[in-house]
Amino acid sequence: MSLTLEQVQRIAHLARVEVSESEALATQGQLNGIFELIEQMQAVDTRGVEPMAHAQDLSQRLRDDAVTEADRRAAYQSVAPETEAGLYLVPKVIE
Amino acid sequence: MNQWEVVIGLETHAQLATVSKIFSGASTAFGADANTQACAVDLALPGVLPVLNKKAVDCAIRFGLAIGAKVAPKSVFARKNYFYPDLPKGYQISQFELPVVVGGQISFPVGSGEKAYEKQVKLTRAHLEEDAGKSLHEDFQGQSGIDLNRAGTPLLEIVTEPDMRSSDEAVAYARTLHALVRWIGICDGNMQEGSFRCDANVSVRRPGQPFGTRREIKNLNSFRFLKEAIDYEVQWQINEIEEGRAIQQATVLFDPDTGETRTMRTKEDAHDYRYFPDPDLLPLVIGADWIARVQGELPELPAQKRERFINELGLSAYDASTLTASQEIADYFESTVAVAGKASAKPCANWVMVDLAARLNKEGLEIAASPVSAAQLGGLIARIADTTISNNIAKKVFEALWTGEGASADEIIEKQGLKQITDTGAIEKLVDEVLAANPGNVAEFRAGKEKAFNALVGQVMKAAKGKANPQQVNDLLRQKLAG
Repeated sequence: MSLTLEQVQRIAHLARVEVSESEALATQGQLNGIFELIEQMQAVDTRGVEPMAHAQDLSQRLRDDAVTEADRRAAYQSVAPETEAGLYLVPKVIE
Repeated sequence: MNQWEVVIGLETHAQLATVSKIFSGASTAFGADANTQACAVDLALPGVLPVLNKKAVDCAIRFGLAIGAKVAPKSVFARKNYFYPDLPKGYQISQFELPVVVGGQISFPVGSGEKAYEKQVKLTRAHLEEDAGKSLHEDFQGQSGIDLNRAGTPLLEIVTEPDMRSSDEAVAYARTLHALVRWIGICDGNMQEGSFRCDANVSVRRPGQPFGTRREIKNLNSFRFLKEAIDYEVQWQINEIEEGRAIQQATVLFDPDTGETRTMRTKEDAHDYRYFPDPDLLPLVIGADWIARVQGELPELPAQKRERFINELGLSAYDASTLTASQEIADYFESTVAVAGKASAKPCANWVMVDLAARLNKEGLEIAASPVSAAQLGGLIARIADTTISNNIAKKVFEALWTGEGASADEIIEKQGLKQITDTGAIEKLVDEVLAANPGNVAEFRAGKEKAFNALVGQVMKAAKGKANPQQVNDLLRQKLAG
């Protein structure tokens, strides 16, 4: 399997990464290199092997349902570019 | 309309009843000042890691068991990637390939009276995920304000198969689900605060044909809007198709002011979200012992209670459904029956559904806040059953209990001298007096006017201040008039 240039540009758009034509071409080459590696791995016979969801074969640690975080809004908002009335301000987004 | 079949599937987001968020220790309390409950994890500051809230998993297991689903021994959290400012990480932690709850079903009655029928809806899955924050677009010039208090609030997304065939079925399902999540205590069900919201997937087709293209109506937060939005959408789709236009898969919003749906975005394909297992979270493993513990804590479910009310107490299906609409109503009814006795189950049902409900409604009170307790009402109904008082006098006693004139029906009956007169001698005396004082009525009755008899009964009851046993009054009057 290999990626077309259009697919690379589409992925870049979904990830909100701006790529020029030449960057897209370079990225296409790199990604297709990775796909070759994946193809090699997929050629391995894994019948009877249970898929893993994580590299570590452990299960999720859980926490009790308790409020442990105090309000630190002032500290967090002191590093935000812009705030008003306790809200973080961002460029207008409306679909 | 008959030539089109409506196909509906619902996705419901139920906010889980935890005090802290699903992956952080920030509070989930509603109504706090903007961003005062958004901690470093919720803000996605660099270096933070999510740690799963055990109670959220408990809630998911509870739900799975309540709908007869399979609780997955191993489920996986995945990243759903998209860009929006109220989602600081750039992805929502959700579950994709391996959800925590798989399958299950919910049954409920649709409609009432002779047209009522039982409907069964299959569930596809239910999965745990985090809520996003809130964007406010109105008040800022060229900017949006972001409140992340809601970010990271635990949700259970409950997905049905496309099993519903009308807006009425969809609403009946949503109401049943709403009652169920409250019943098992996993969600407060507050729709105004967004604790329970529905997305409806709607399509139309000719019967027997494959499914049509669906459009998804987002964020319906009342049962009325759910019905209105589906009805509008169905009519819109039928018109489009009949005018030769194909339906495009899309996400739409319902505007309650105009009653119309409008396109929000054309649906991105599922793989556009580029789901992949979240490397920050290990698989969620739920052992048989955990499931067994939750099973042991589960209350009797509404459907089970409903069956029991029908089979053990002899209630009608309608009464049994009404009395299992919420845990509070069911508890009240059962406590009433416990005092009045099972033989009085039917009168207990009537008192709770009619007299009490009307009085509560008038005062705008919930049943949990009723001034008349279940024990008091049960005591009252017991006195009707043993003929200490008539139904009419009972209404008087009920009112006295409501206004706190006494601690029990017995006390009020005693204090206000409301005990029914069943002494034949005493009633006979009253009857004789009334007959002597109303020769006109007697003559009319003897001339064949049945109405005159009722007038005489009324006179006797009046003389007895309503306390004479009505059956005895009737019998004695007939006897005397015949004689």
